[in-house]
Amino acid sequence: MNPRLTLATAGRVLQQVRADHRTLALLIVVPCVLIGLLAWIYDGTPVFDRIGAPLLGVFPFVIMFLVTSVTTLRERSSGTLERLLSTPLGKGDFLAGYALAFGALAVVQALVATGFAIWVCGLDVAGPRWLLVVVAVVDAVLGTATGLFVSAFARTEFQAVQFMPAFVLPQFLLCGLLVPRDALPRALELISDVLPLSYAVDAMSTLTAEVDAAGDVGRDVAIVGAFAVAAIALGSLTLRRRTT
Amino acid sequence: MMNNEPPAVVVDGLRVVRGSREVLPGISLSVPRGQVVGLLGPSGSGKTTLLRAIVGVQLVAGGTVTVLGEPAGSPGLRSRVGYATQEASVYGDLSVRANLTYFAALAGAPRDAVERTIETVDLTTDADTPVDRLSGGQRSRVSLGAALVGSPELLVLDEPTVGLDPLLRRDLWALFHRLASDGTTLLVSSHVMDEATRCNRLLLLREGCLLADDTPDGLLARTGARDAEHAFLALIENEVSA
Repeated sequence: MNPRLTLATAGRVLQQVRADHRTLALLIVVPCVLIGLLAWIYDGTPVFDRIGAPLLGVFPFVIMFLVTSVTTLRERSSGTLERLLSTPLGKGDFLAGYALAFGALAVVQALVATGFAIWVCGLDVAGPRWLLVVVAVVDAVLGTATGLFVSAFARTEFQAVQFMPAFVLPQFLLCGLLVPRDALPRALELISDVLPLSYAVDAMSTLTAEVDAAGDVGRDVAIVGAFAVAAIALGSLTLRRRTT
Repeated sequence: MMNNEPPAVVVDGLRVVRGSREVLPGISLSVPRGQVVGLLGPSGSGKTTLLRAIVGVQLVAGGTVTVLGEPAGSPGLRSRVGYATQEASVYGDLSVRANLTYFAALAGAPRDAVERTIETVDLTTDADTPVDRLSGGQRSRVSLGAALVGSPELLVLDEPTVGLDPLLRRDLWALFHRLASDGTTLLVSSHVMDEATRCNRLLLLREGCLLADDTPDGLLARTGARDAEHAFLALIENEVSA
């Protein structure tokens, strides 16, 4: 890997997003709208304080998954990926460039969404607030990494978009938001143990309830990060210089 | 022309199979350095597959491809070979300048290479326009520029002049010869036979087999034909009757 090429790639991806004002607005505004809607629905009840933080972790995961899988699919189908792999750019540079670019976007997205949840919607968490941003960013990077990997299995953008319900919704159902994970049927609990979003939501739930959350949250964040690295490693196997 | 140098490209017994079809059944040829070599043949003759094998992005079933003294696709070759695919493979949502800046960074090209390349492909007035808003011909010139910007020793161009107006085509061929006189080797594919006369050397391809490897004049003299199109027909008829 070559840091200069990685940064050039990250810069190029960010330039593309910046040129697309609508996507940029959606990336920043949609999480806030959803959080605001949620706070409004549960106005006057303690529910928002319970699920607000976990959803702050889920939204960036879903959004970055979608954006990344469609963008990388476009690279594959437009021939730019083939061209890139005929240049000195390494596969690692390509993937890290994407992770870096969307990670940077995720920082902005998480800061705005978390600030909106706390100061506008009055979200109250027991743990340190800055950890909310850290967990949200790691979740976003996980979404990017998964999107990079999954885009290899889609032939068209239409298919890529449909991977969202296929890959993301089952994780959402099992992540402990609807039914606490330890109250799930045993088989489902075991499945939820190997899904990354479960740990993302665990981290946010811990932050919601406990003042001294850093230790447990750190462990969950490390697990989510490990899933992201694994997805990127698997993704690099799907990038082939030579094709038929 | 320096003929004592080893060729830029040596293809020996190259076989490429796609599905159950043998696209290249075992082709051998060489491309001399510092020349504009035309790879001509009808569409479906295997031109793109051959070019992809030379660039090192094609899975091959057998044979060897040696480029600038190294096996095709070697990491050391990636900054020495420029490749422009048939479709304009550049970023439509970025400007001409942003595209070339990125490809220049990948190739490790100096800073002034971007502006120089924009001039070379004659896109100065559109340098800040997103590629999606350009015409097809302009887009393919951006793609060509992305291959040129790293000043590679070998340029592999897949149908770079398709759909361009005659004036522009003439300018591009003039550019190819300028690059060749500076020492660059160019391998340029086309399915338009009248471009044959613009090349230093011709490779005629049909159904994955090499029909001819000659200079344009040599080809006409050998077949007694009045142009490349008729020479191509004469060669096919010869092969069928033989």
